[in-house]
Amino acid sequence: MTYELISYILGGLTIGSALMVILSRHPIRSVMYLVITFFFISGHMVLMNAQFLAIVNVIVYAGAIMVLFLFVLMLLNLNKESEPKMSIASQVAAIISGGIFLLVLLAALSESILPPMPQQMSKSIADIQNEGLVQNLGQLLFSKYIVPFEVSSILFLAAMVGSVLLAKREKQNTEEL
Amino acid sequence: MDTALIIEKFVLVVILFLISLGIAAYSTYFERKLAAWIQDRVGPDRAGPFGILQPIADGVKMFLKEDFTPQNSDKWLFIIGPGIAMFTALITSAIIPWGPDITLFGRTMSLQVTDFNVGVLYIFGVVSIGVYGIMIGGWASNNKYSLFGAIRASSQMISYELAMGISLITIVLMSGSLSLTDIVNKQHGMDWNIWYQPISFLVFFICSLAETNRAPFDLPECESELIGGYHTEYSSMKLGLFLFSEYVAMFVSSALMAILFFGGYNFPGMDAFSGNLLALLCVVAFFAKIFFFIFVIMWIRWTIPRFRFDQLMHLGWKTLIPIAIINMLITGLVIAFNQGWF
Repeated sequence: MTYELISYILGGLTIGSALMVILSRHPIRSVMYLVITFFFISGHMVLMNAQFLAIVNVIVYAGAIMVLFLFVLMLLNLNKESEPKMSIASQVAAIISGGIFLLVLLAALSESILPPMPQQMSKSIADIQNEGLVQNLGQLLFSKYIVPFEVSSILFLAAMVGSVLLAKREKQNTEEL
Repeated sequence: MDTALIIEKFVLVVILFLISLGIAAYSTYFERKLAAWIQDRVGPDRAGPFGILQPIADGVKMFLKEDFTPQNSDKWLFIIGPGIAMFTALITSAIIPWGPDITLFGRTMSLQVTDFNVGVLYIFGVVSIGVYGIMIGGWASNNKYSLFGAIRASSQMISYELAMGISLITIVLMSGSLSLTDIVNKQHGMDWNIWYQPISFLVFFICSLAETNRAPFDLPECESELIGGYHTEYSSMKLGLFLFSEYVAMFVSSALMAILFFGGYNFPGMDAFSGNLLALLCVVAFFAKIFFFIFVIMWIRWTIPRFRFDQLMHLGWKTLIPIAIINMLITGLVIAFNQGWF
């Protein structure tokens, strides 16, 4: 089936580029691989008919957050030589702790595997096609999930006010000095 | 999904690609002629009658120049930088509705590659990743002027994206849809969005000048301060791709302005026609609007001097964003009032 073939290829590419984020020794290239990973994740969302989420993922992560990452990395001018060299002991310790973390994650997620395909297929095609549309998402956000939605928007507002306040205080200090 | 549909879309994509590149190539000629006209000169007139073969001569020159890669540059990123710039400039045209459906060989064809139901957000997505080409290219050159250009480009684009997004929300509110086809169809005949949202258009226009790095917002390549900005180290067709992507982006953003505010392919008196003739006239009307906007953007370049960087940030954050937010709130209130919410 084409759908499954595409999702397997996409999944492989996602994991490959995600691995390259960690394996690449060059910070700027790591960021680029991370951006590519976000694009592949958006591809998965498009396959699940959630175009809105896919595009928002690209705008927010690839378009805004990663640009800021890249911005900071460019100013720091990190490169291969300036990356801290770790001793073998700490590398082994990192591998062991990472492996244990992976084990815990697998154990926790094995119970909550996504519902298999037949369940999704039981819905009518029109239902599936309309599932991820903006209209439905907006109606859900403003009815069923109104409280978490509003709380998170207040959180963002607080973060914005906080950052403005921090920037302002710094300016006053320099003026006093 | 039949084979005919795939062939149809493939042909449409190839035609759009050629049109985008062709118009971008002739925009360079047109820009030089226009600059000459504004400054009371003759402009290019050696290649062919009236110099109309000048873009081809420029292209051949670009290809024949030495392709130089600086010693300490990041080779791989240095190569893909111009590629990303060109790619992001080209992919927006996939969702632009170029005209109403046409009937050809007994099939009804849409003059749009895909009617994406979140088209407006797709534009934001492309705009927001558009900065990578310049950033990567500028950083990989390993030159301080290029890096300055890249940093200026990214901070400028991030700043103007916000005001651009907020100004577009008013159009989405009025049309009740994120699909570009719906937005165009809502503006039937002469019922264009510009009559309702002039402030929103002004903000969008200024922001799209900034996003395409056109004067007076061309600080990333400001030649009097940064030599050539982000493309200082580039030569040959890599430089050509950077310069070319600016013209493609200009063409696409003119198309977007025509769609969002000036009715897209709608024109007054369009109800008198039907069928393929209507489609043809619509496409002609759409391209007339696009060329008008390309002309205005060039006209601005040869009229207004470049901003200083603090003026640029001041305009973006302290002028355009508040204007856009107030405009959005008023639009929302009026729409709520019209729907009887009070």
